[in-house]
Amino acid sequence: MMERQIDSDIRELKELILTMGGCVEKAIEEATQALILREPKRFALVFEQEAKINELHIRVDDTCVRIIAKQGPLAADLRWVIASIKINTDLERMGDQAVNIAHNGARYLTEPPLKPLIDLPRMAQQVREMVRGCLDAFVRKDLALAEQVISKDDVVDGYKNEIFDELRNYMIKDPLSVERALNLILIARNLERLGDHSTNIAEDVIYALTGRDIRHGHVSLDQIHAELHSHTQGKKVTP
Amino acid sequence: MIAAVVTDQEGTDGRTPVELETRRLEAYFGAHRALHGISLAARKNELLALIGPSGCGKSTFIRCLNRLHEETPGATTRGEVLLEGEPIYGKGVDPVQIRRRIGMVFQRPNPFPTLSIYENVASGLMLAGTRRRSLLDPVVEKSLRQAALWDEVKDQLDRPGTRLSGGQQQRLCIARALAVNPPVLLMDEPTSALDPVSTARIEELLVELKRSVTVVMVTHNMQQAARVSDQTAFFLMGEMVESGATDQLFTNPRDSRTEQYITGRFG
Repeated sequence: MMERQIDSDIRELKELILTMGGCVEKAIEEATQALILREPKRFALVFEQEAKINELHIRVDDTCVRIIAKQGPLAADLRWVIASIKINTDLERMGDQAVNIAHNGARYLTEPPLKPLIDLPRMAQQVREMVRGCLDAFVRKDLALAEQVISKDDVVDGYKNEIFDELRNYMIKDPLSVERALNLILIARNLERLGDHSTNIAEDVIYALTGRDIRHGHVSLDQIHAELHSHTQGKKVTP
Repeated sequence: MIAAVVTDQEGTDGRTPVELETRRLEAYFGAHRALHGISLAARKNELLALIGPSGCGKSTFIRCLNRLHEETPGATTRGEVLLEGEPIYGKGVDPVQIRRRIGMVFQRPNPFPTLSIYENVASGLMLAGTRRRSLLDPVVEKSLRQAALWDEVKDQLDRPGTRLSGGQQQRLCIARALAVNPPVLLMDEPTSALDPVSTARIEELLVELKRSVTVVMVTHNMQQAARVSDQTAFFLMGEMVESGATDQLFTNPRDSRTEQYITGRFG
């Protein structure tokens, strides 16, 4: 079958988003590793990535506007373009969160360690898996992977709560720990927001694939599976 | 989906009642079956768009709705077409009377070439025996206003209809169809011969017209169907593959063939 113009346009859009996602992953990795390994010089790499992310943010929006104006996308094409617009916003904010981690981390590293970092690296690892997972789900059109990402958000939220509780105790016991504990709390909060953005992206992927909006419990994943099953029994095979 | 539409005659689902409905409608050209048992309903004051590739049967379908199909030699139908619940193919039903109640506008504007703008609009009533200007004048003005043409032609009603631009001629044909006050208007690609500005005017008009008539429209223009219709039905090789709310059909079609067609993968 001859390729449609919109196919190559959407492929270009996906490549841009993937490049942007790569920059976001790199920014998060540098920000968290700089903190964990106490290598403050690496924070500069986060700002480099953020500049690239901001540039791609504009390019992705321009590409979406061009596709809508010139191709008048419908059905799955339309859903992918709409999802891309939203994913673009999430990725840009993820870049901002990586920068926030860099700022908070740089302040934290100006003083000796408050404590050995145990949960924070684990939380960062979970978040990085979520980011990778939502981007993979986007590229591979993988519904199951998008669902996995969403299910990990509770794990990340659990880490955040544990870290908050632990650091609160430090602050209560030792006023001198407040500055450092607050920086770590802010970082945990930044990581939690990164998990939320990954969840948003996974939800957008599910919308693009199925046409169903699972945000805010509007439709449950069980309902989507039941619908997909009945479609497969009928005629619609590819979402 | 269709079953729900077909059975809900009274509009108990919060929508308007069914105005025009087909039940297992089949159309033949000689032995060739062009339509395979189509059950579809158009609701009062809604616009139903029929889409599908060339030769899919959508024009044949629309021509069955006002008994134009049978005018083709060897063409026959089976199944039912109900207008406000009454079968239009019933015994003793006069096709001419049906066509007065179910008007039609064609792809190319076809004003009567020897008649003035006024006479074109009044022709349906004049054929039915109404001659008095005092009766015709208000109908002509009302119809031309409904067709959003009055302001452009009110000073030249005696000029030939064929002197108007293509878009104006099409609106004249719409005014002519409206003059006999039909509850249903059929449109077979009404803008395919028009420029974008005229097309936009007709589309605006369609949205207005829905307030007073039920519209069934064949279109090849996906964006047009998406813009103006409430319900859309997708036809393929004489079958109706899918029908439903336009919003749903153009964002998340249920059938992969509909998806492929509206995204331009075939057709």
